[in-house]
Amino acid sequence: MIEVEHLTKKYGDLLAVQNLSFKVEKGHIWGLLGPNAAGKTTTMRILTGYLPATDGKASVAGYDVFEQPNHVKKIMGYLPENVPLYPEMTVQSFLTFVSEIKQIPSSERKEAVERAIEISSLGKVRRRLIKNISRGFKQRVGIAQALIHNPQVLILDEPTIGLDPAQIIEIRQLIKSLRGERTIILSTHILAEVTQTCDGVVIINEGKLMASGSLEDIAASLQDKDGVFIRLRDGDKDKVEHFQNIPGVERVTLKDDGYDIEWTRGKDKRDDLTRYIVERNWGLLEMRPLAMNIEDLYLKVISGGGQQ
Amino acid sequence: MRNIWAVCKKEIKSYFTSPIAYVAITVFLVLVGFFFHSLIWWFNTQSMQMARNPYYLQQMNINQMVFSPLFHNISIILLLMIPLLTMRLLSEEKKINTDELLYTSPISINQIILGKYFASLFVLLVMLLLTGILSIFTFVHGNPEVQPILIGYLGLFLMGAAFMAVGIFFSSLTENQIVSAVLTFGALLLFWVLNWAGYSAGGIWKDVLNYVSFFQHFDDMTKGILDTTDVVYYLSFIFLGLFLTHSVIQSRRWR
Repeated sequence: MIEVEHLTKKYGDLLAVQNLSFKVEKGHIWGLLGPNAAGKTTTMRILTGYLPATDGKASVAGYDVFEQPNHVKKIMGYLPENVPLYPEMTVQSFLTFVSEIKQIPSSERKEAVERAIEISSLGKVRRRLIKNISRGFKQRVGIAQALIHNPQVLILDEPTIGLDPAQIIEIRQLIKSLRGERTIILSTHILAEVTQTCDGVVIINEGKLMASGSLEDIAASLQDKDGVFIRLRDGDKDKVEHFQNIPGVERVTLKDDGYDIEWTRGKDKRDDLTRYIVERNWGLLEMRPLAMNIEDLYLKVISGGGQQ
Repeated sequence: MRNIWAVCKKEIKSYFTSPIAYVAITVFLVLVGFFFHSLIWWFNTQSMQMARNPYYLQQMNINQMVFSPLFHNISIILLLMIPLLTMRLLSEEKKINTDELLYTSPISINQIILGKYFASLFVLLVMLLLTGILSIFTFVHGNPEVQPILIGYLGLFLMGAAFMAVGIFFSSLTENQIVSAVLTFGALLLFWVLNWAGYSAGGIWKDVLNYVSFFQHFDDMTKGILDTTDVVYYLSFIFLGLFLTHSVIQSRRWR
C-alpha cells in the first residue's frame, strides 16, 4: 500500500532523510519511531505531498507521490504534529470547509461531516469556535479532518501528543478501530503506544533507517538467546543453581517474583524445564517467553544494534 | 473553479466574522465621506462666487471639481488600507500551520491563491460600492456625467486590485503580518511616487518611470479617459503579483 524506496531529503547541506526504504501492507498500522530530529515529520510530509523529496521514490496505493500528487492526496488523510485549525471557525464550519477542499461531492458533504463528527465524538462542541475548545477536542477535530473524506491511508504525526491519559486511551482506541479498513502510519514518542496499536515499526535515526518490521522480528534479530520467565509456588534463591545444572541452560537470573532462564537460540529448553519442575513438585505457576521490552529494543536499535 | 470558490468563501467569512472588514470599511467610509463633504462644500462655495458670471459658471464641472479629486483621495486611502487587508492572507496560514492542511489537500497552489485573492477583491468591491451612495447624492442634487464616474470607479477597482496583488505577494514572503503590511505599504508607495523621479529623469527613463508608476495610469481614469494601455498595465501588474506569489510558495516547498 505504501512503498518508500531510497528516499532522501536535503535542507541545504543538512540531510534530513537518507536513503530511506520501507513498505507498509494494506490495512496495517505502522509506527514511525525515532528521537527528535530523526526525520519522522519530514518523511511524513514527503508522503503527504507537502514536501518534495531530493531523491528516491514513494508510492501510495500504486500512485506515485511525486508524479500523481492529487491522486495520492485524494486517498490520504493527514494529521500534522501541529494540528492545522482555523481558530475563528466553528468545528462544523471548519469540517465543512475541509470537506469542500477534499473534493467530496456536494451531495455527500453533509453526511461526511456528520460521520467525521460522530467518529471523533465532537457532537458536544460542533457549534463552538475552535479557539474556545480544549486541547483534546482540538486534537479530535484534527483527526476528524483527516478522516472526513474516508481516506484509504492515514498519516498521523504524534496523534496523542499533549492529551491527558483518558484522551490518549480514547484516541488510541479510535486508531485501533480503523485497523483493517485503512492503512495507517503514525509517529510517536510513546513507545507503549506502538506495542498497543502497531503491527510493525520503522525506526529511524538521523534520517537513516535503523530497523523495520514487526516488533517480534526486530527483537529476534537483536537477541542471540531465547528464554522464559518462570514463577514458582515454592520459589527461592537456591533453585537458581538447580536450573543452571539443566544441560543447555546458559543463564539464570533471579527476579523479584521468579526467574529468567535463557538458552542458545534454537535449542528450546521449555520441555526439559517443565519436566524438571513438575518432577520436584515446585508448583509451576507461570511460564512465558522472555520478550525484549520495547524500551530496550528501541534503545538498542537507535544505538545501532539493529541494522536491517 | 469549485476549489477556488471553497477557499474564497472561507476567506470572505473570515473577513466578516472578525472585526477586520467592518473596521476597515467603516474607517474607509468615514474618510471618504469627509473628503466628499469637503469637496462638495468647496464646489458649492465656488458655484456661489461664479454665479455672478455666467461664462465662468458654465466652466464649472462637478466631475472635474469633485469626483476627480475624490478618486485621488480614495486611492490614497486604499494605499493605506489595502496592506492591512492583505497582510494575513498567506502569512497567517504559515503561522498557524494551516498551510499543511491546504497543501496536502487535492487543491492546487493557484486555486488557493486565486481563492484568497478573489475574497480580498470582494472586500474592495464592497468598499467601493458603498461609496456609490455619495454618487447617488450628487445625481439627486446635481447633474454629473455618468461615464467619467464609472471609468473613475473602474480605475479605483483596477488599482485596488493591483494593490491587493502586491499585498498577497508580500504576505507569501513572511509569516509576520506586520512585516507583510509594512513591505506592501512601502512597495505601493514607491510605485506611486515613481513618476516624481520621472520629472527629473530624461529620455527613455522618464517614459519608463511614468509607465511603471501607478499614478500616471490612474490619473487618466479619474478624468474619465479609458485607455486600454492603462487597463493592460493594471492587469499585467495583477498577473505579475499573483505569479510571483505562486513562485514564492512553490520555491519555499522545494527549499
